[in-house]
Amino acid sequence: MTTSTPLDQSLLYPSPLKEFWQAFAHNTGALGGLAFMILLVFCALFAPWVAPHDPSEQYRDFLLTPPVWLDGGQWQFLLGTDELGRDLLSRLIHGARLSLLIGLASVVLSLIPGILLGLVAGFFPRLLGPGIMRLMDIMLALPSLLLAVAIVAILGPGLINTIFAIAIVSLPSYVRLTRAAVMGELNRDYVTAAQLAGANLPRLMFVTVLPNCMAPLIVQATLSFSSAILDAAALGFLGLGVQPPTPEWGTMLASARDYIERAWWVVSLPGLAILLSVLAINLMGDGLRDALDPKLKNAQ
Amino acid sequence: MRMSPLCKALLTAGLLTSASFAHANNLVYCSEGSPGGFDPGQYTTGTDFDAASETIFNRLAEFERGGTKAQPSLASSWDISEDGLTYTFHLREGVKFHSTDYFKPTRDFNADDVLFTYQRMLDRNHPFRQAYPSEFPYFTDMGLDKNIAKIEKTDDMTVVFTLNAVDAAFVQNLAMSFAAIHSAEYADQLLKAGKAAEINQKPIGTGPFVFSRYQKDAVIRFKGNTQYWAPEQVKIDNLIFSINTDASVRAQKLRAGECHVTLNPRPADLQSLQADKNLNVPTEPGYNVGYIAYNVTRAPFDKREVRQALDMAVNKAAIIDAVYQGAGQLAVNGMPPTQWSYDESIKDAAYDPEKAKELLKAAGVKEGTEITLWAMPVQRPYNPNARLMAEMLQNDWAKVGIKARIVSYEWGEYIKRAHAGEHDAMLIGWTGDNGDPDNWLGTLYGCASVDGNNFSKWCDSEYDKLVVAAKRVTDQEQRSELYRQAQVVLKREVPITPIAHSTVYQPMRSSVKGFQISPFGRNSFIGVSND
Amino acid sequence: MLSFIARRLGLLIPTFFGVTLLTFALIRLIPGDPVEVMMGERRVDPEMHAQAMERLGLNKPLYQQYFDYIGQLASGNLGESLRSRESVWNEFLTLFPATVELALAALLFAGTLGLIAGVVAALKRGTPLDHGVMSIALTGYSMPIFWWGLLLIMFFSVGLGWTPVSGRIDLLYDIPPVTGFMLIDTLLSDEPGAFVDALRHLILPAIVLGTIPLAVIARMTRSAMLEVLREDYIRTARAKGLSPTRVVFVHGLRNALIPVLTVFGLQVGTLLAGAVLTETIFSWPGIGKWLIEAIGARDYPVVQNGILLIACLVILVNFTVDILYGLANPRIRHQK
Repeated sequence: MTTSTPLDQSLLYPSPLKEFWQAFAHNTGALGGLAFMILLVFCALFAPWVAPHDPSEQYRDFLLTPPVWLDGGQWQFLLGTDELGRDLLSRLIHGARLSLLIGLASVVLSLIPGILLGLVAGFFPRLLGPGIMRLMDIMLALPSLLLAVAIVAILGPGLINTIFAIAIVSLPSYVRLTRAAVMGELNRDYVTAAQLAGANLPRLMFVTVLPNCMAPLIVQATLSFSSAILDAAALGFLGLGVQPPTPEWGTMLASARDYIERAWWVVSLPGLAILLSVLAINLMGDGLRDALDPKLKNAQ
Repeated sequence: MRMSPLCKALLTAGLLTSASFAHANNLVYCSEGSPGGFDPGQYTTGTDFDAASETIFNRLAEFERGGTKAQPSLASSWDISEDGLTYTFHLREGVKFHSTDYFKPTRDFNADDVLFTYQRMLDRNHPFRQAYPSEFPYFTDMGLDKNIAKIEKTDDMTVVFTLNAVDAAFVQNLAMSFAAIHSAEYADQLLKAGKAAEINQKPIGTGPFVFSRYQKDAVIRFKGNTQYWAPEQVKIDNLIFSINTDASVRAQKLRAGECHVTLNPRPADLQSLQADKNLNVPTEPGYNVGYIAYNVTRAPFDKREVRQALDMAVNKAAIIDAVYQGAGQLAVNGMPPTQWSYDESIKDAAYDPEKAKELLKAAGVKEGTEITLWAMPVQRPYNPNARLMAEMLQNDWAKVGIKARIVSYEWGEYIKRAHAGEHDAMLIGWTGDNGDPDNWLGTLYGCASVDGNNFSKWCDSEYDKLVVAAKRVTDQEQRSELYRQAQVVLKREVPITPIAHSTVYQPMRSSVKGFQISPFGRNSFIGVSND
Repeated sequence: MLSFIARRLGLLIPTFFGVTLLTFALIRLIPGDPVEVMMGERRVDPEMHAQAMERLGLNKPLYQQYFDYIGQLASGNLGESLRSRESVWNEFLTLFPATVELALAALLFAGTLGLIAGVVAALKRGTPLDHGVMSIALTGYSMPIFWWGLLLIMFFSVGLGWTPVSGRIDLLYDIPPVTGFMLIDTLLSDEPGAFVDALRHLILPAIVLGTIPLAVIARMTRSAMLEVLREDYIRTARAKGLSPTRVVFVHGLRNALIPVLTVFGLQVGTLLAGAVLTETIFSWPGIGKWLIEAIGARDYPVVQNGILLIACLVILVNFTVDILYGLANPRIRHQK
């Protein structure tokens, strides 16, 4: 080994993924959020095995049993039971499933059409853009919770319809964001180059431009993931969300509300679960934003 | 020295730690919601009636306080003809309409006021209705629009009603809240001023309280009627309705002394309300029934055995414990035991999942058969928490191999779809209107209501003959006998599973005296004082 | 500049019509009709039903109903509530001040506290204080506010008895509604103690409603402040030897306020409309609750026009923010 090969400079430069991770890991809050999310996802995926009881099994001799550390608590019900004697811990664990499902599904359901509409609006600023943007303005002018309530009233309450309502309500922000990002990118040289190279429209949209607009979209997606959980809980609280006995956190909170004075845990714990998971996602969102795009660091 | 209000406010701030000081003659009632308006004939809900009919107005006859019997009010007496078709009402002398800043009466109450009130509801072309089109749904619903042939005044203080068919509950119907007597003189004034619509916003009646001011979703204020025809009955100077839609909020306000009387507490709050030394929580057996209606037009509920099986698979005692928190009475028949003609001898089928399984097997219903179980999305007087009840039923029925899927719609749609018969089994119920057995056995389970309140869509000729016959007789003994027979058929055929009669609790401060719980769920403050 | 405003105004017209069409369509897509909802468990007499639908103009074809509605709007008539038969405009006027009062109180709370927290966090950047303040802000931002409201009521009203449970004022005070703003009306009335009582009623709802805006404003202020503090003119000001307080508050905060105000403006719309949950929990007689109940009762005119009024408000606020932004930033002004 006498001949020294010249060092490949590109090897020294950290891969984008690694760079991203370094920036992300620098942020303790984001790491904490991530850890909590991993726990939550684990619970959600393996709910039937993690949960000590069936979430809808009614132990009618143990109505409103307090958590184990209080007087009258039982080791078999760590976090106590609800008004029908169902194990609260198991319901919270299964509830994680629903909340994540609602968050994920509604994000996907609004992200995809949102990006499509945004791309179209950005690429055809004269033809289709104004129409699409006016439509989004109209939707934004309506108070989102009211709009969601109206949509649920039309479709009927339930898990799927809750997801739809939330997805529709969060659509405009994706469209606006995508359009703004696309408009910004369209004047760049690399786009002109791709155009000159003969890239067709779909290629230009999805391969050339879109990947460069992803950073703000990913940040927005995490934010709307957390607000979807909050919205679903709010709808559940108004009695229009996921229907019992499905253990959705907001619905649990709403139906337990009657017992707030007798059994604080049935109200406090689902609320705490909502708060913690939303907080975890928001922490991650902050971390993502800082890591993905330092420019956005100071923006809201 | 004159102080600015702000100064005064700041000075007194230190003195007032809690603003709930005792006012001898005021009573704050925490009510459930905003009334639609103050013209009771147009409305159907208790909230509307409590706010207008029970305070501002009187009716010809009125239900005795705390009972279901009709007694004289604006009519001091009445005679019924032999054939039961003619009712002659003798009106009370010296009754004064309210005098307010928007109306000053020049004469006392007389037959013209009765005529105006009823003609407006009967006649679509009535001049007032031309000026202010409106419908009178409760009047129509009780069949009065079809059954009243004519109304005449024979002299200033006498009115004669002629009916098309015998209606044993006629006077009871006139005692219902929607039949509030308006002032014909005020109506004329409104018509002339071209402001007929104000009858719904600025009411004038003869009742114990005079309307003062209403702010939507916040407050209704009334003053005690100093000229009331039974002056000893008006013991409150200022009656204030504080509007709070949420039951927990109402309970909390009552405990904090922010109101003196409230209604419909959540079962879960009862314990703590009863434990509070400053409160009284009088109670009465409920004049209601919450039940499961099986849609007999759909399989498998077209088979009686299936209905029987599911009926005996329901653990009613557990439901009363959890859903009603003990504030309910196990229901056996399709109407409450406080209703005359109730058949005490009928026994409930015992809770027996094993036998239920056998019955299902015999009926050829496979294990794992799926049905829908509808649960209403709202709290009703007869069912404080339908979703919770549905979850328990789901559990009970799962034990006998029936998979119930809980379905719920927004309340308006729930009813619409149920009328259309889209359900398999549904939770529903009823609160009595007029104290008559027909209002239960006819209205809820008769053939005539198959497209209406008969949510089982059950039409049994043997049963129907009995209830139709009973309506056309005036003798109470005879009617009771027919209704008892009908109840036997109802129990045998199981179109419904009666679950519970929810007990009525009416929490109030202990300073409130003389309040009587109305079986109809009305909240009336006549004769009530707050010391 | 004028042409910029004109262009923006021009965009409002289709938006306005879009909103009318959307609300009209939405409420009519909800199954069930007002008469049926009102009758509850009761039978609906078909004849009475037909009569009512005719009176309400609901038996006409949909396009006809829509044109009638637009015609009505053009003549400045917002129709009357199907349930109370009171004009929608009057109902709006009695309920709107309550919402505005609550929203302003919430904004005042969120604005003051948020600005202070944001400035402090920016100045102490990287210290535990900064981390603490920002963690609290993020927690506030993640709060399910209906739950938060319930907890506060349980603790402060029921547990400690410090604040009233709900409502705007102790009803034993008979305050005539002059302006509809309880704080002003109590001052106009001669009732001693009423003003303080109204204030006590306002505290908890304002805190609950202000929690999320507080978090947003605190975060925004912090980042805007950090940005500004890096600018040359701050360095210049410091170099000139101005006192640090003066640098921060006169030069720093004033410039940091521009983006903060934008967010502030956007929050106004959200606050007015988004008070539904807070109003429900505190029995606050505002428009959020009014509209939710109207959706339940299929009160078409209330839903249509109530939402339209709010939408107009939101549009106007956004429009103003847009214009202000345009004034500040010529690049936006000249963009097509």
